[in-house]
Amino acid sequence: MGIVSPGFFGRGRRDDPALPPGQHLTEGFPVLSAGPTPRITPDEWEFTITTETGQVHRWSWAEFLALPQDDVSQDIHCVTSWSKLGTSWRGVSLDTLFESVESDCEFTMAHSYGGYTTNVPLDDLLGGKAWIAHEFDGEPLEPEHGGPARLLVPHLYFWKSAKWVRGLELLRQDEPGFWESNGYHMYGDPWREERYW
Amino acid sequence: MTGDVNDLDYLDGNAAAGPLSEFFSTDVVSARCRCASCGRTDALATARLSPNSHGLLLRCPGCTEILMRLVDTGDSVFLDLQGMSFVELRRG
Amino acid sequence: MIGVTPETRTARTLRLRLPGLTGHRAGQHVDVRLTAPDGYTAVRSYSVASASPGDELDLTVEELADGEVSPYLVHQVAVGDQLEVRGPVGGWFVWDPADSSPVQLIAGGSGVVPLMAMLRAHAVADPASPGAAAPFRLLYSVRGPDAVYYGSELDALARSPLVDVTVLYTRAAPAGNDRPPRRLDAATLMQSVWPAADNPAVFVCGATAFVETVADWLVLGGHSPARIKTERYGDTGTRP
Repeated sequence: MGIVSPGFFGRGRRDDPALPPGQHLTEGFPVLSAGPTPRITPDEWEFTITTETGQVHRWSWAEFLALPQDDVSQDIHCVTSWSKLGTSWRGVSLDTLFESVESDCEFTMAHSYGGYTTNVPLDDLLGGKAWIAHEFDGEPLEPEHGGPARLLVPHLYFWKSAKWVRGLELLRQDEPGFWESNGYHMYGDPWREERYW
Repeated sequence: MTGDVNDLDYLDGNAAAGPLSEFFSTDVVSARCRCASCGRTDALATARLSPNSHGLLLRCPGCTEILMRLVDTGDSVFLDLQGMSFVELRRG
Repeated sequence: MIGVTPETRTARTLRLRLPGLTGHRAGQHVDVRLTAPDGYTAVRSYSVASASPGDELDLTVEELADGEVSPYLVHQVAVGDQLEVRGPVGGWFVWDPADSSPVQLIAGGSGVVPLMAMLRAHAVADPASPGAAAPFRLLYSVRGPDAVYYGSELDALARSPLVDVTVLYTRAAPAGNDRPPRRLDAATLMQSVWPAADNPAVFVCGATAFVETVADWLVLGGHSPARIKTERYGDTGTRP
């Protein structure tokens, strides 16, 4: 540890037993930009699930919105140490999207418009734990927050909830995504503080 | 790369000089670097740095592809230079 | 930290002694890292304002609304405290005393800090160096008179026949100012700066939108992009 600055605690940081270790509450919704914000219109948007056999399951925006919708309230935890409690989302459960998908794979890679990737085990996407979300707080998801639609995997650090998601690729073996190949944890459980390798 | 390059949430590559000084004994932000994607060649200082991200990302101002990634995990620092096909240091 | 000077209601200059430092180049910055008792750290970059050759340097820090590091540096840190500093670093956005080109400095608000280092370095440059005789112009766009940094020193520097300082007020102008407060526009910019034909070395520093706009106007006005160096100030900084 470097020189401790007396009286410096960081912005809005305080211990809170309701939060994972090292996290602090935020009232806002910080935007962590990794670059230019992709602007995707609904007519060019599509979502795909690609299996190990190369079979592609595809949904247009209209088909996606016609699927059963969930309203979910979840706590989210960003690896840069902010947490936000009780965030409200509307989207399609991945259980719904995977209903017709046949695969023996245990791992997935999420791909986004703009080139971002992140890896998530399939088990963590199923069982009511993950969604493709297109509304936040009752409003269409803004491009800055990943709109038209983002992956929402709230039980993992928020970098796993890929913004501007366009598809999931099923993988036989776990592979690192964009940040995971440069020091970030392959799994990213906030309660075990799995920030880095 | 899909993307709107009008976003104004970036800084200059010059701002990465501090973290890069841990890797290079010379001032590498003044070095000319070639973008592996579009071939644009200019000082790394002219690249666009996305602040407030999970790490430092330097993007090519020509094509917005990533030139360099730097992640500081506390115990180590990761530097990924995949996006550059060369770095040219001028002597003297 | 060995000294502190208030600049405005929201900014102050910290004088630091960095043991082992033997001068720096005008325009460089340092990274300041603050560490909380629980080990949490935050790093931000600050431009050096001074041009001293020895182991001391000045940082002028503007307090940002909702900032994490700047409020601590503007209100809390005290003379005698230790700070963790990396640098000075950055060899791109610097003025070189070996360059005899005319110099055009363009500042938006607190972006004046590294440009002030260049003016100060020019004022104390070895008379034998080519840059010592280079003519300097500063165009300083600022909200109002109460937001001006280094006011009296800029007045004093401008008495040199080699230095021209133009302050443009965007919201409130001092009494007797001949230009009503308004935002900088392309025509005013091009009237105030060295003509492109003089091939000046141009340094632009300020908020990202300011720098972007000014650089575009300069290029439209015939300045070579290769002669324009920019330093954008974000308001969030970067993660360590």
